[in-house]
Amino acid sequence: MKAVCKMVFIKTKLFIREIEGFFFTIFFPIIMLLIFGSIYGNKPSDYFGGFGFVDVSVPAYIGMIIAITGFMSIPISIASDRERGILKRFRILPGGSMIAMVSWIIFYYLITTIGTAGLIITGKLLYGLRFTGNTLIIFLLYSLSTVAFLSIGFLLASLMRSARSANAIGMSLLFPMMFFSGAIIPMRSLPASIKHISVYLPLTYVVDIMQKGWFGGALHSYRIDLFVLSGIVVFSFLIAKLTFRW
Amino acid sequence: MVKEAKMILKVNNLKKRYGKVKAVDGISFSVKRGEIFGVLGPNGAGKTTTLECIEGLRSYDDGEIEIFGEKMTTNNDFFKKKMGIQLQESSLPQRMKVWEALDFFSSFYNKNVDWKDLLVRLHIDDKRNNYFSNLSGGEKQRVFVALAMINDPEILFLDEITTGLDPQARRHMWKTMKEIKNMGKTIVMSTHYMEEAEYLCDRVIIVDRGKVIAGGAPRKLINNLGIKNRIVVESKEEVDPGIFKDLKSVCDISLKDGKIEIVGTGTDVLMDIARVITDRQIKVDLQYKTANLEDVYLSLTGYTKEDAI
Repeated sequence: MKAVCKMVFIKTKLFIREIEGFFFTIFFPIIMLLIFGSIYGNKPSDYFGGFGFVDVSVPAYIGMIIAITGFMSIPISIASDRERGILKRFRILPGGSMIAMVSWIIFYYLITTIGTAGLIITGKLLYGLRFTGNTLIIFLLYSLSTVAFLSIGFLLASLMRSARSANAIGMSLLFPMMFFSGAIIPMRSLPASIKHISVYLPLTYVVDIMQKGWFGGALHSYRIDLFVLSGIVVFSFLIAKLTFRW
Repeated sequence: MVKEAKMILKVNNLKKRYGKVKAVDGISFSVKRGEIFGVLGPNGAGKTTTLECIEGLRSYDDGEIEIFGEKMTTNNDFFKKKMGIQLQESSLPQRMKVWEALDFFSSFYNKNVDWKDLLVRLHIDDKRNNYFSNLSGGEKQRVFVALAMINDPEILFLDEITTGLDPQARRHMWKTMKEIKNMGKTIVMSTHYMEEAEYLCDRVIIVDRGKVIAGGAPRKLINNLGIKNRIVVESKEEVDPGIFKDLKSVCDISLKDGKIEIVGTGTDVLMDIARVITDRQIKVDLQYKTANLEDVYLSLTGYTKEDAI
């Protein structure tokens, strides 16, 4: 327990020292919100069901932050630590691999949440962001989504040979997914042909569940999302556990 | 014969293959408590694989490893707590400070030594606030030794700790290793520098292509194998090489670039030559090259000096 606390603490310290490495988690979503917010504003419109552009974009962008953690931050950082022999060090420590795993989960949950908080605060201060859901429920849905993408992150980290390949593969999976899942472009604006692809993208379910939760949607309206995301958690952690290399 | 109880580590007929390659092919040795034990050999001889099997990082195909009187099993915390391991290719995050690394890694153990004291003992106390990336090669290795010692281990594994260090940093590390030995620790080290092993190790094994080809105290190995000493006689005067011919200790005399090179056995050869020279009152410059571990290694493997490097 002491080791987990120390590890989360030291990773957070290193995170602050190398904050530029987390540009996409912390700053990119806020920049997106500022750009599109300044173009579309946040006036309520029928197109968004009586809400504004920023109101529907913030939950979708939260999905984007979660996806960045899973598809970029985790695989790149772990692959690079493996390449440099930093990971191997945990194998010689008593309880090392377990402690490292738990600490990573806590740490990446933490920085994803920092990115999310920054986004919400920006939306609130600049655009009067509206939220009509239940705080506890949205927190739970957010946590499920994040854990699902953390598990994908560990799965990718297990499969990547190097930091370079993690970077290349992570990016090439992440960017199309961000556009085809409703994270950047609202799902209803996407053509039907794209929607056929969307159902295979994990981010689609995060964006859907976050938006529904954000506006207080009923449980049965996102029960498929819950099912898919829980399945991802179980499947990815299992495969990652079996294939992870130190 | 050494008493069994004195042995902290016993390796018997260890085998490990990667695909078709036999990386370790039946290696056996034992290490006494409190000694510096060297595993020598060229790159790819199987040194690191052997160490990693003992450290519990690697599974092995056959053989037995017994450490602290217990049968070794991979990835077992009981052994991890009592071992200190410096990995051959390892690193720390660039912007982690030295003291942070020690503070962090000490949190994994219940039994710790005071890392501040450890930094002093390992002569890196003045670097405690430096980022890891700003350390020199020698300083980094010292940090790794400190990390390996943080749990006050009974046995310390140092895998090619001086590879890539400049001569001064290497000497400094040697001094530190002797200090660690004097603290009562057992050290198992691998190296491909023969002079290092000769200086540091109480006993060594020489490993080549996954097999032990020789083992024992370095001096004994050199003497037992009857490795020849070489004496080069150089003089401004004309010296007839024939004057050394009748000496019993001399095996071979040759003339190279105007210098007489004499090969002989034992320490007698030097005395004999000196006597001949003083008798005849010739002014000479004598160069005495004692056989070393490298000669042992070369004579056993049949490699040339160039192959070995």
